[in-house]
Amino acid sequence: MSDERSAGPEKAVEQPAVEQSPENAPEALGEPGLEVRAVGERHGMFGVRGSGDTSGYGGLVAPIVLPGVAQRPYGGWFDTVADALDPLIEQVVIHRGEITFHVHRDHLLEVARKLRDDPSLRFELLSGVSGVHYPGDAGRELHAVYHLMSFTWNRRVRVEVAVPDSDPHLPSVVPVYPAADWHERETWDMFGLQFDGHPALTRILMPDDWPGHPQRKDYPLGGIPVEYKGASVPPPDQRRSYS
Amino acid sequence: MTTDYYADGTDTADGRVFTVTGQDWDEIAADMGEGDAAERIVVNMGPQHPSTHGVLRLILEIEGETVTEARCGIGYLHTGIEKNMEYRSWTQGVTFCTRMDYLSPFFNEMTYVLGVERLLDIEDDIPEKAQIMRVLLMELNRISSHLVCIATGGMEIGALTVMTIGFRERELVLDLFELITGLRMNHAFIRPGGVAQDLPPGALDEIRSFVALMKKRLPEYAALCNANPIFKARLENVGHLDLEGCMALGLTGPVLRSTGYGFDLRKAQPYCGYETYDFDVQTWDTSDSYGRFRVRLNEMHESLRIIEQAADRLARMEGAPVMVADKKVAWPSQLSIGSDGMGNSLDHIRHIMGESMEALIHHFKLVTEGFRVPAGQAYVPVESPRGELGAHVVSDGGTRPFRAHFRDPSFNNLQAMGVMSEGGQIADVIVAIASIDPVMGGVDR
Repeated sequence: MSDERSAGPEKAVEQPAVEQSPENAPEALGEPGLEVRAVGERHGMFGVRGSGDTSGYGGLVAPIVLPGVAQRPYGGWFDTVADALDPLIEQVVIHRGEITFHVHRDHLLEVARKLRDDPSLRFELLSGVSGVHYPGDAGRELHAVYHLMSFTWNRRVRVEVAVPDSDPHLPSVVPVYPAADWHERETWDMFGLQFDGHPALTRILMPDDWPGHPQRKDYPLGGIPVEYKGASVPPPDQRRSYS
Repeated sequence: MTTDYYADGTDTADGRVFTVTGQDWDEIAADMGEGDAAERIVVNMGPQHPSTHGVLRLILEIEGETVTEARCGIGYLHTGIEKNMEYRSWTQGVTFCTRMDYLSPFFNEMTYVLGVERLLDIEDDIPEKAQIMRVLLMELNRISSHLVCIATGGMEIGALTVMTIGFRERELVLDLFELITGLRMNHAFIRPGGVAQDLPPGALDEIRSFVALMKKRLPEYAALCNANPIFKARLENVGHLDLEGCMALGLTGPVLRSTGYGFDLRKAQPYCGYETYDFDVQTWDTSDSYGRFRVRLNEMHESLRIIEQAADRLARMEGAPVMVADKKVAWPSQLSIGSDGMGNSLDHIRHIMGESMEALIHHFKLVTEGFRVPAGQAYVPVESPRGELGAHVVSDGGTRPFRAHFRDPSFNNLQAMGVMSEGGQIADVIVAIASIDPVMGGVDR
């Protein structure tokens, strides 16, 4: 819709995106010792593409930054769990009282075993596996997020594994947590993450012959083929929206 | 003899396979003769079978009446709700997730809203009245959900009276929902920051008379079922799953509590002020379908206790706010409607159109795009009638969820179907599934 409208004579001059000035970036960006990665960029304010910028905000570029790495001491039982896992974890993020352990895929099974079997940890319950696709996080596009709970200690942790889109392999935790069976199938189905060692990694929610993995951000959405006087409704990701 | 296309055997990698559609048993039996095919019968039950609890497909390998292997086929009700939520504002997400597990809509809304509130860091700012209303609605919902579980479970084993009285009582709960939220299901009533509306006048009286009625009606279920020899014969020692099995397969809720382990998130990790209510966690020690039935029945009594306490508190809070004070969140979450049922109040229009340019800009931004949620992720599970229901909510700092994933207890618990029913009779598969109480809307999302 916006494309048609802006094709008129008063088309504004396309403005190049202004450089990301350092004072606009979050303070932690670039600070030594703290690895804060931008996982994407937000352009403009109205999600308009391919047309002249009539809003004046089209040049805005803001990095998308997830909560940064936490420093020791983490406080309370967070340190107990972190100590037990220490050499196996990449980084620890604490945000809003929830702790996330980022783990390399090579260590995932070992971490899962430790979390379940170590008497000081005892995370008996794997709540589930959730995939997240960050297309802007180069080399770490696909994340698998595990939520674990300990009945013994009444604690919750989150374990996150990031793998590149070009090599979406990570070990299956089904040998440690049988409950992960369907959850990993769902994550494969929706994101294309390949859990090596899963007993039967097949689609679970989509039909068996479905092409593609629908929850990925680059999956085409398809529009509603409703036409009214020559205009049709574009798919939701191509509509004018607020970013 | 003419060739029957359907009854004709075909050779596959797994041996000879016959597709049986009925009325051709003699031909099949003659054709099979001896060998592998004669011993291996795979029966497809569902997805449109009246006893499989919705569109659940069961793939059963049977030997006579005994099930030797059982698998589930799911996905027939997949509607892409999680994907859809990524293209709507944070507040509109409630409207989607309430439709997932359609028997416990308030719990779906609650776990999502708790996640959003944690990311917004307004967990401590939610008005007390909103929290009490949430608890009230969730406990009413727990009763209606357990009633459907018991009712349909009874119907599937032939106890039709249990079904009719179960739905009779559920109707009363739905009437209360309609009175409070305006809708019998798909409420979208619990919003980030509070709830959509205050209680309507007279609601507390209705709730009190409902509680009084239920206290008379619930013992009817006990009288009808608890010691009923047929009911017990069908349920006892069926669908057995002990504590180790529950831990390994991640089962929570009534199935876990039927093993004697009293784990309840309302007690263990309280939310919405559950720690201030007086109630007991119900357990049973038989680890079977009968135990799960008794746990659900007892939980309804406990829910009535919580509802009474919530109603007493609400009676003292007339006129108190039900939405967070921060207008940036409250506005999109609770768009107020003028007395004519449309638009905004004239005072507000006068203010934004005539007095303040800033107010107009804020109005426009908040109404069109909603509020922004700081980047991060949160997971705040709640104790739904079926177990741990949690929403993994991820934000990139924008006005829409970057990702919302629901850990639905039905989805997880259905994995135990095979363990519960392999080695038993076909008829017991139905009982085992009914005791898990899966809701396919939640399983497939």
